[in-house]
Amino acid sequence: MIMETSHSSILEKSRRWGYVHSVETGAAVDGPGLRYMLFVSGCNFQCLYCHNCDTWTSRPEQKKDVGSVLEDIAKYVPFLRKAGGLTISGGEPLTQPDFVGEIFRQVKRRWNLHTALDTQGSLASQVPDEWFNPVDLVLLDIKHIDSARHRELTGQGNEATLETAQRLNRLGKALWIRYVMVPGWTDAAADAERLADFIKPLTMVQRVEVLPFHQLGAHKWHDLGRPYALETTKPPEPAAVELIRDAFRSRGLTVY
Amino acid sequence: MNALNDKSRSSWRGFHEGKWTQTIDVRDFIQKNYTPYEGDSAFLKGATVQTLALWEKLGELLKKERAKGVLDVSADVGSSITAHDPGYIDRGLEIVVGLQTDAPLKRAIFPNGGLRLVKNSLSAYGFTLAPAVEEAYTRYRKDHNQGVFDVYSAEILACRKAGIITGLPDAYGRGRIIGDYRRVALYGADRLIEDKQREKTELDSSDFVENDLRSREELSEQIRALGELKTMASSYGFDVSKPAANAHEAVQWVYFAYLAAIKEQNGAAMSLGRVSTFLDIYFQRDLDEGTLTEEEAQELVDQLVIKLRIVRFLRTPEYDQLFSGDPTWVTEAIGGMGEDGRTLVTLSSFRFLHTLKTLGPAPEPNLTVLWSQTLPPGFKAFCALTSIETSSIQYENDDLMRPQWGDDYAIACCVSAMRVGKQMQFFGARVNLAKAVLYAVNGGVDEVSGAKVAQGFEPITSDTLDYTTVTQRLDKVLDWLAGTYIKALNSIHYMHDKYHYERLEMALHDRDILRTMACGIAGLSVASDSLSAIRYARVKPLRNEKGIAVDFTIEGTYPAFGNNDDKADELASGLVTTFMEKLRAHKTYRESVVTQSVLTITSNVVYGKKTGNTPDGRRAGEPFAPGANPMNGRDEKGFIAAGASVAKIPYASALDGISWTASATPGALGRVREDRTKNLASCLDGYCEAGGFHLNANVLNRETLLDAMKHPELYPQLTIRVSGYAVNFIKLTREQQLDVISRTFHTKV
Repeated sequence: MIMETSHSSILEKSRRWGYVHSVETGAAVDGPGLRYMLFVSGCNFQCLYCHNCDTWTSRPEQKKDVGSVLEDIAKYVPFLRKAGGLTISGGEPLTQPDFVGEIFRQVKRRWNLHTALDTQGSLASQVPDEWFNPVDLVLLDIKHIDSARHRELTGQGNEATLETAQRLNRLGKALWIRYVMVPGWTDAAADAERLADFIKPLTMVQRVEVLPFHQLGAHKWHDLGRPYALETTKPPEPAAVELIRDAFRSRGLTVY
Repeated sequence: MNALNDKSRSSWRGFHEGKWTQTIDVRDFIQKNYTPYEGDSAFLKGATVQTLALWEKLGELLKKERAKGVLDVSADVGSSITAHDPGYIDRGLEIVVGLQTDAPLKRAIFPNGGLRLVKNSLSAYGFTLAPAVEEAYTRYRKDHNQGVFDVYSAEILACRKAGIITGLPDAYGRGRIIGDYRRVALYGADRLIEDKQREKTELDSSDFVENDLRSREELSEQIRALGELKTMASSYGFDVSKPAANAHEAVQWVYFAYLAAIKEQNGAAMSLGRVSTFLDIYFQRDLDEGTLTEEEAQELVDQLVIKLRIVRFLRTPEYDQLFSGDPTWVTEAIGGMGEDGRTLVTLSSFRFLHTLKTLGPAPEPNLTVLWSQTLPPGFKAFCALTSIETSSIQYENDDLMRPQWGDDYAIACCVSAMRVGKQMQFFGARVNLAKAVLYAVNGGVDEVSGAKVAQGFEPITSDTLDYTTVTQRLDKVLDWLAGTYIKALNSIHYMHDKYHYERLEMALHDRDILRTMACGIAGLSVASDSLSAIRYARVKPLRNEKGIAVDFTIEGTYPAFGNNDDKADELASGLVTTFMEKLRAHKTYRESVVTQSVLTITSNVVYGKKTGNTPDGRRAGEPFAPGANPMNGRDEKGFIAAGASVAKIPYASALDGISWTASATPGALGRVREDRTKNLASCLDGYCEAGGFHLNANVLNRETLLDAMKHPELYPQLTIRVSGYAVNFIKLTREQQLDVISRTFHTKV
């Protein structure tokens, strides 16, 4: 695959620029209220169901410095202060920890906006605890509780992600766990229950979001000429989604 | 009136006196007597059995009407306040009575506006004009339409034909005038006649030159119309000569006054005004006196709204295609804040919005919430929830309008604010700015017809369009366009006053009022993106054998309007400001003050059809974006960014309103109902704070719309908001339906 930024680049310190895929203002399902969404490029997973596969790689024209990112956010500060905040998603934001970390720090320092990080958590071990200081909420995607299945689904095992969940919980970081329900992959009640058992002791988890798989990202796979393994997969029936939600509810978790 | 007579005393029992008892001053009455409400919607009650039975009965007629297009026409008589006998839907079920003709959904004809349109409409639906009416209007008197065409110049006709000036009210009623229908309830017709006599007598000492005589004649006509209003009401068994004595009468009197207006005029937009908080004073008094229950209060509002839902005018099929169905713009402005800081929200503000639940969603009346950041939270939440459930509300920024128009203005049509009873507008439809850009390139030659429409211009002949050259040429084209446009509007309104004067509506105004000349522009985002492309990318015209630029190639990219990027947004604001200045340079009929709107209604589809390829990359025939919307798909940064761009358009240069339509799926507003409600209210607050003027909020699933296209019979009440008003989705043409669906649904993937 085409990867102009290798993972080694995440070690490059004091980086004041990074790769931004796009911006969406007014997103309402990625953190509390209405969010300024900053989608950064680059991901170390290749989830079969990814609906933003166009964010996996970075392209030179996506290069932005921290200053210009902040300048754009600045236009919305009065609104975001009342209505929501900033969410950085991707791609995987932790492929660019210095860039993303600097944006969070500046946004907190300058405007004290509510901040959220949308991540799959596998790269968190590379950043120190302080990195999370300017982050109010982590939306942590756990793709599968079974590491082997996780590997089939994403290309990597889930150990790092689960460790991140426990670490963030220890750090006292507010957590929303996100679980995408994909028929044939993550729709087994037993898997959901195992995941719920894992989450249950994590007291910082405020809610679990069960997100039904959809096909709205299919065209991106086609546009990029990538083979799309879930071509014929249908979105789950609402009743089936409720069964999975029940698995989490039965452990006393708040479920959306 | 120096001494209150007995009837007034008993009608006004319990009211706090003030200036309003001495002079006609409804605002003062409201301010002295209304009860602001800061609570939530828990008090509301559902529709009564009687109302539901009436609504069901009407449902059968509406179904028949949908199948036929027009149910019936009264083609034997020109409409007037007293032309028709009383009519009923079902006398036993109706609490508020009165129909435009002698039967529900039976449409009247208005030959004063233009016999030609009457004949065309009748023949389109298989009806025949009564010979006596035809004879009267061919042998004995002239109509508005004839008058206008007697004075139009060849240039105006050419602009009209090419579609660079379009939608002009030169064949029927101009509308956009809001009588202060509340006056009839508060004062009774006799008191109003007395006051009009006073106004006329005051002019006895004038010089009796043209203006004085026009005023005197108009006042006489107004007095006559008020007399006819009494006659019409008495045919239904009510005496409106005296003030309304209770809530039922107040609703009925206001409705009779409005009914008289729509019996006399078939204007494109016939707003109701701002009646809910006024009526609330009567509801509250009856509730306090123990003569009215909450169920009965809702019943009165429901029954009034049923009547407003069946206002009908006879139009041609082409008109219906242009405006998507049968719009009448019975606009009611709800909420807002008072100049003293108290909210104007009352229990009845909730009751009116609640009709969207008790009777189901509907495009009419055009419920318009005057949004302020300081509205009570309970009302904000109720509005947002009702929007999410019905998509039938439009929002306008009270914080922007109140400093300009005070706290007793209403909305004519979609976005035009005016002080009730103190101000009117001369409706001016709009010019096509996108076409104006093409005229700048092609030297005034129309890109579709090849006709030379604007004289004295040379085409640009360079291989690449140079920004400075294009803007210099455009400036001259806009000079010419503004001049021609104002001449057309002066012609129309002179003749309308002469041949189709709004006797009753103007009787419910002060004699000395502010008149605005309400111009408008369409295709703003196409025009400004075209300029952006010429400036920031390389645009090369492709010319046909006659040398007309019929297509363009664009090398590179350009910033598009709708992404909160000043580079693009300044071009759009600049066009609005520039055209406004050019309009202001011209003399206007009756010394009216020129204003401008950025509004297309659904005609963005038709204007697009009439306009060739444009330098922004839009293809010939492709619809424009509605109102001030960014072009479809070019707003890539989400709806807050899009709204921020629209909000930058300066209201001072578009005092007649700036329309923005935004659609979202419920899921895009939040995961659960409480989140969605809160987020929509936040959006409205944010948009208003940024200086945004108007928002149509659609909360719909794309799947629902697609299904409604396939099975219209299952969605008789599916309502969507389009640039300033609501329509029944199933009444849109297929093209308009596809346009609505393809237009940005801000669904995050």
